[in-house]
Amino acid sequence: MLTIKNLHAEVEGKKILKGINLEINKGEMHAIMGPNGSGKSSLASVLAGRDNYTVTEGEVWFNGKNLLDMAPEERAREGVFLAFQYPVEIPGVSNLNFLKTALNEIRAYKGLPALEAREFLKLTKEKQQLVDFHSNLMNRSLNEGFSGGEKKRNEIFQLAMLNPQLAILDETDSGLDIDALRIVSNGVNKLRDAEKSFVVITHYQRLLEYIIPDFVHVLYNGRIIKTGTKELALELEERGYDWLKEELHLKESV
Amino acid sequence: MTSDMILPFYQALTEDVNALSAQAPSLATDTLQDIRRKALERFSAIGLPTLKTEAWRYTNIQRYLKEFPYELLTTASPVAEEVVNSTAIPELDCYRIVLVNGHLQADQSTLPQGKGITVGAMSAHTTTPGFVTYFNEQHHLAAESLAQLNTALFADGLYIELAANTVVDKPIHVVNVYSCTAHAFIQPRHLWILNRNAAATIIETSIHPETAAIAFANSVLETVVLENAELWHYNVQQGAESFREVHTTAAQQHKDSRYHHFNFTLPNTPFTRNNLSVALNGSHTETNLNGLYIASKHQHVDNHTFMDHIMPDCNSNELYKGVLLDNANGVFTGKILVHQEAQKTNAFQQNNNLLLGTKADINSQPQLEIYADDVKCSHGFTAGQFSEESMFYLRSRGIGEDAAKALMVNAFSHDITDAVKVPALQHFLQTQIAEIMNN
Repeated sequence: MLTIKNLHAEVEGKKILKGINLEINKGEMHAIMGPNGSGKSSLASVLAGRDNYTVTEGEVWFNGKNLLDMAPEERAREGVFLAFQYPVEIPGVSNLNFLKTALNEIRAYKGLPALEAREFLKLTKEKQQLVDFHSNLMNRSLNEGFSGGEKKRNEIFQLAMLNPQLAILDETDSGLDIDALRIVSNGVNKLRDAEKSFVVITHYQRLLEYIIPDFVHVLYNGRIIKTGTKELALELEERGYDWLKEELHLKESV
Repeated sequence: MTSDMILPFYQALTEDVNALSAQAPSLATDTLQDIRRKALERFSAIGLPTLKTEAWRYTNIQRYLKEFPYELLTTASPVAEEVVNSTAIPELDCYRIVLVNGHLQADQSTLPQGKGITVGAMSAHTTTPGFVTYFNEQHHLAAESLAQLNTALFADGLYIELAANTVVDKPIHVVNVYSCTAHAFIQPRHLWILNRNAAATIIETSIHPETAAIAFANSVLETVVLENAELWHYNVQQGAESFREVHTTAAQQHKDSRYHHFNFTLPNTPFTRNNLSVALNGSHTETNLNGLYIASKHQHVDNHTFMDHIMPDCNSNELYKGVLLDNANGVFTGKILVHQEAQKTNAFQQNNNLLLGTKADINSQPQLEIYADDVKCSHGFTAGQFSEESMFYLRSRGIGEDAAKALMVNAFSHDITDAVKVPALQHFLQTQIAEIMNN
């Protein structure tokens, strides 16, 4: 589904990604971990098309199409979704109107007619329950005055509504208390199916107790330095990242 | 004033004033003739505004007056119903009043009926006591040469008077149609009086069917809101390439009254100047001035406002927002004058702008003159672009750039549109904004 080959990217002349290789197949759950500043969120941004990043080398293919050639909205319409680490507050744009516009633009791209008001509301009700997203937040301005947990739940709610093929969750767990974390994780787990893939970016192993990954990758200094299964996450939790860094330096100095 | 322009103008106008008297005797009563003559003298003394006129520093009206030789147009031919309907507001339950070049079209209008309601042509009310008392009484008009010109030359307009305790049950929708077959200078003149405890909502829209002939309207509206009366006035300026406009509203408020003025300037008219002044002649009043201007191409939109706090214990709130696209040019002036007697005044003003065109610009000047010492006054100004982070957020959800911009402009203007108390009008305006941004 997604193939990343030797991806290099920089922001304001600073090299951030230095040769990422990653293959994600249908139905897989990948976790990307790593210390602060290793490039985790940058990878998410580059995949979603944030324009202050410049790709200097490498390729990204999504279902056989060149993802890097597409505008952010095209990527979304093709089925890539980024759950933001810091969801943006937009006063004056109602949550409901925003979602309706997004959903109908994606449907139009796929040659589907706009959803009728009744169908849209039905879908909304159904998906709201997934993350226990309060109805009274729906008519409010997008994320305005939402608590941290409400913002993150809104991201997962949008994910459920837009039903992408590939969802990238950028530190969705950061800043959540244990109850909110459980709600968000349950929501994600219910959305898992054989067609959908996830990339979960996290700083903490805690999230991976709720969302069980198929693969765990460690990103360090702009590269994936180790790939394993969920046991790797546990090991990282116990031993930190330093042993990996040392391993890497040993390898590089040879 | 350079004489090369004023002289031919003035000579022609003097003849026009004389011709007017012949047109309708009611417009040539001795009192009115006297007022007209004085106004013309005053006009010739002040002259047309130049860039050296303080209140016109950023707006070169002469450029637009010199564009074409305009003929003074003091008549109107009926216009087709579909032209009138082109500014219809869907689902608005209202009384519709159609004016063509300021002339009331009785057969196309549904006038509100009932005890205490007087609605008719200005020309039919020149001896009505309300007219005699309040016509041309607003002293703010004296400083504006174009208002003087209007006083000298007006041929007709809409007279509304609500007797004490009269409440109009539905909004009054005034459709201003400007229609001409040759380049025309049009001078509509209106007077609306709300006596004690009266209340009304008046919505104005304007339309000039696109023609080769340019219409230049120089209209003046005087509103008088007497003790404890309340007026909601919405002015929607739907533009046309072949239209230019100077629109002067002079309001006066008396004790305990409420006045809510909304001005919406939508794209296409190359030149719009709105003069709005409110004189607070009584205490404990409430004034809300809201403005939204969306300008595109080479449009020039100038909103010139003046809150005159004469009496103590009054509140005024002013919020003007602008969206400037392409090469559009915006000007905002917000003068707040707090007289020495006007203690305990609250006067707030805000002007926010979105500069979206690469060559768009805004000149904004707050002018606060405060002579009382126990007041709360503030003003603020912003000009900026869309937040990139917000745009990226919307686009990352599949929303295309244009639709995202439309959402953001609607969001930017929401505090103005949200304050619109007529749901059909609110919906109409939101739809208009979305359509403008999607084109």
